[in-house]
Amino acid sequence: MFDFLFEYRGVIVGTIFVALIAAVIWAFFYGRKLIRTEKNDAVFGNPARALGGWHWVITGVSAILIVWLYFSWDAARAFHPKAANELCQVAKLSSAVNPIRSTFPLEKEFLKGTSLLVRENAQLSELEERVERLGFSETEKAKAKETIDLMRAAITGMTSPEYLDAETSSQFKSIEARIDDLTAKLADENYPGEPTTEQVAAAEKNARWGDSGNEIPNAPASPRGYKFDAAAKEMKSIASDFSKIRNKNENFLAQIEKLKAQIASLDELAQASPGVDELLVQNRADFVKGLTRVLRRVDDGNIFPPDALNNVQAALVKLDDEQKSQQGGLRFYDTFMMPGGQITSGSSSCSEQGSGRWLPKPSDTLRTFARISNPEIGYKGYPLLWYKMKPFGEMVDFVLPDFISSLVPGKFPRHDENGIVTPNFKSKVHDIVTGNFESFKVPMPSGHVWDSLLRVLAGLFFGIILGVPLGLFMGLSRFSKGFFDPMIELYRPVPPLAWAPLILTIFGIGDDGKIFLLFMVAFAIMVISARTGATGTHLSKIHAAHSLGATNRQILRKVILPNSLPEILTGIRIAIGVCWGTLVAAEMLAGTTGIGFVENVARKQSDYEIIWTTIIILGLLGLLFDLMMRWIIDKVIPWRGKG
Amino acid sequence: MSDLVAKDLSMVFDVGSGGQVHALNNINFTLKSGELLSVLGPSGCGKTTLLNIIAGFNHPTSGGVYLGDEEIKGPGVNRGMVFQQGALFEWLTVSENVDFGLRMKGTDPKKSRKMVDEWLDIVGLAGFGDVPTYQLSGGMQQRIALARCLINDPDLILMDEPLGALDALTREKMQSLVLKIWKETGKTIMIITHSVEEALLLGERLFVMAPRPGRIHKEYNLPFADRGVTEDTRDIKNGDDFIHTREEILTMIWDMEEEIMGQV
Repeated sequence: MFDFLFEYRGVIVGTIFVALIAAVIWAFFYGRKLIRTEKNDAVFGNPARALGGWHWVITGVSAILIVWLYFSWDAARAFHPKAANELCQVAKLSSAVNPIRSTFPLEKEFLKGTSLLVRENAQLSELEERVERLGFSETEKAKAKETIDLMRAAITGMTSPEYLDAETSSQFKSIEARIDDLTAKLADENYPGEPTTEQVAAAEKNARWGDSGNEIPNAPASPRGYKFDAAAKEMKSIASDFSKIRNKNENFLAQIEKLKAQIASLDELAQASPGVDELLVQNRADFVKGLTRVLRRVDDGNIFPPDALNNVQAALVKLDDEQKSQQGGLRFYDTFMMPGGQITSGSSSCSEQGSGRWLPKPSDTLRTFARISNPEIGYKGYPLLWYKMKPFGEMVDFVLPDFISSLVPGKFPRHDENGIVTPNFKSKVHDIVTGNFESFKVPMPSGHVWDSLLRVLAGLFFGIILGVPLGLFMGLSRFSKGFFDPMIELYRPVPPLAWAPLILTIFGIGDDGKIFLLFMVAFAIMVISARTGATGTHLSKIHAAHSLGATNRQILRKVILPNSLPEILTGIRIAIGVCWGTLVAAEMLAGTTGIGFVENVARKQSDYEIIWTTIIILGLLGLLFDLMMRWIIDKVIPWRGKG
Repeated sequence: MSDLVAKDLSMVFDVGSGGQVHALNNINFTLKSGELLSVLGPSGCGKTTLLNIIAGFNHPTSGGVYLGDEEIKGPGVNRGMVFQQGALFEWLTVSENVDFGLRMKGTDPKKSRKMVDEWLDIVGLAGFGDVPTYQLSGGMQQRIALARCLINDPDLILMDEPLGALDALTREKMQSLVLKIWKETGKTIMIITHSVEEALLLGERLFVMAPRPGRIHKEYNLPFADRGVTEDTRDIKNGDDFIHTREEILTMIWDMEEEIMGQV
């Protein structure tokens, strides 16, 4: 059935998206109508104005889902499943143009040559300042400064139009012509002609958008796609030729040779200086290294006269315009339906970037959730939440302590000469308490969610069992308050995760450590809430109970405990929340099962859908717990706030 | 039944920076079995301290209180208490509240069930047994408190401003109820109140206490409580002698208050 849903997910997601928008609009107008008719709403500040409002719940949920569908590009995929493939071809062209584009101040502030010039000159100034601190003699200093000046002259020489040789100029002209040619081709309806059979075959082999991970179908599959794909290929070769152009005229080459010789002699000077401090020698070597580095960059010849590239830039702008107009409606689809990022083309394939990447699409998340919910698959070979048939003996083993068998009189049997062991009463008891007997099987829940749940409940259980009595006594006795308060107040403010490494070391990565950590969290909260409850008991209630003949023990159980219940239950509610947070973090640190473990593995694999799924599971479980606690509070302490 | 005797009762509280407050100073009185005593006085005159000592919640600095031959050393079942408000156990129902003392003693549930029904009937709450107490009005809650105290059959009933938080109408009804119970059960009752009218109407005997140090300033023996059992309480309150006594006591308390203000 799920395959069927997946087949039509475009239609389904689209319908849901439209329905959600309709729901938001309806709820908004319904809310406005209600404001006009509700009598309570006349007075601002009346708390009754906050009553009801379930339609706003619908609006809120719808808004979240709309934002999710929109920013994960699920809506975009639903309404136009082929957009990604076409945008992938567009991205191919863009990334092919990029090496040329980055030369020009189109997206950046400065021409590339300008930036290089500024940077090299800044470096040279810095090196010049350093000359003074190198302990050179005056002549040596003069030589160093001369080198720096020579380097400056070489850079300036590159920017001078009169030194630009004819060959380089013609290369620029050729590039310009080829870009213009490509622009014309892009405008041509028939370019690049009919697709070849290989291209058609590749297009048919394309997976659909989102069929696997966040990859995008790569091969062009539409007329527009073929056009951009072909243009990208041509552009690649143009860009490659462009990047080979160097500003290396005769004059420049001569200057570079001279500079190389200068720096070599400076290097000798720096090395052969007896009696100079070792640190200073090191500094001199660094200075020469810095000069060499600048020289190497200048030698690349990437700085051109200021106006030499104007025509290429103009051609590029024309190409950009044509490219944009050829995209047509696709551009608007990209801008408005795929917010927060774009599709980019890497060396081998296209992928979603931005929110399309890290915010998994709801439909994909649902599919992943359904996949890992399947107990046959699960996650890392362990289901999320399922049941397992377990022999009854295991439970007996868990409940009965093993030492019972040691208490039985007699000795455990030994094997005889024939290697046979005859069981006696003592060994039979031992078999029972260790669960070593044939027994029927009982279905028991198991899975990542169940494991996490069990840990939380175990920690909470021990926290309550020990924390509540201690808290009550601390509320009633000067001794226990004074004695236990420092211990609890010292460990409680420490974030539980700070304890985690220590506790996981002591108890190991199994359940014990996590349960103990959760116990620590729950214990402190329960102590404090029970204590607050006990100290909050109205004195006249205690007096009344005394004069009605209750003993101290009876007063504790029949008056103080029920009177503290509201605080205790509130404490449990808080403890559940904190325990969840701590548990997931602890499971991320160590462990082989649990929701935190799932998320940790998914994080290492950058599997955003699984991460998202675990987040949703955690959110829903938290909500479930809180609703349950609210229900319990309503049932158990209906008198709360009314005493 | 036995008499309540206070002998040279003094209570001194230490307050901050070495000061002392004489909450009670040499109190001596005897309350005979079956008498109804009301205690009146401005705030800070030690009424509640006196009550707490008799109840056994506080130990006097010197002197002692005796119920019959026995000195009072701590709280006990023979002295029932009714508080102003907030002393009901709101997690229990009406009958569970009334039942509380019997359950603590371990009385047979069948027997106690019957007694609870009887007492609920006496205080006019028949049929309310299974209702949670927080759903009832203030007057009804005080009826429960009365029944809860009386079901234990104490020798002495101590009431600490039991009707203080009630509205005027409910208060009058409750005053009649207290008188009715007093007459029918013949219990010794000591009632502390702020209201002069209430003290006059309910008190067979009346102590007007004065502060700094807390002492019994004047003692009255009054006929109104006896009459209140049979006559209409409104008529009694409108009688000349009632009004006369009321004005006398009011003046007395006014003077005391002024004296306190003067000291400050």
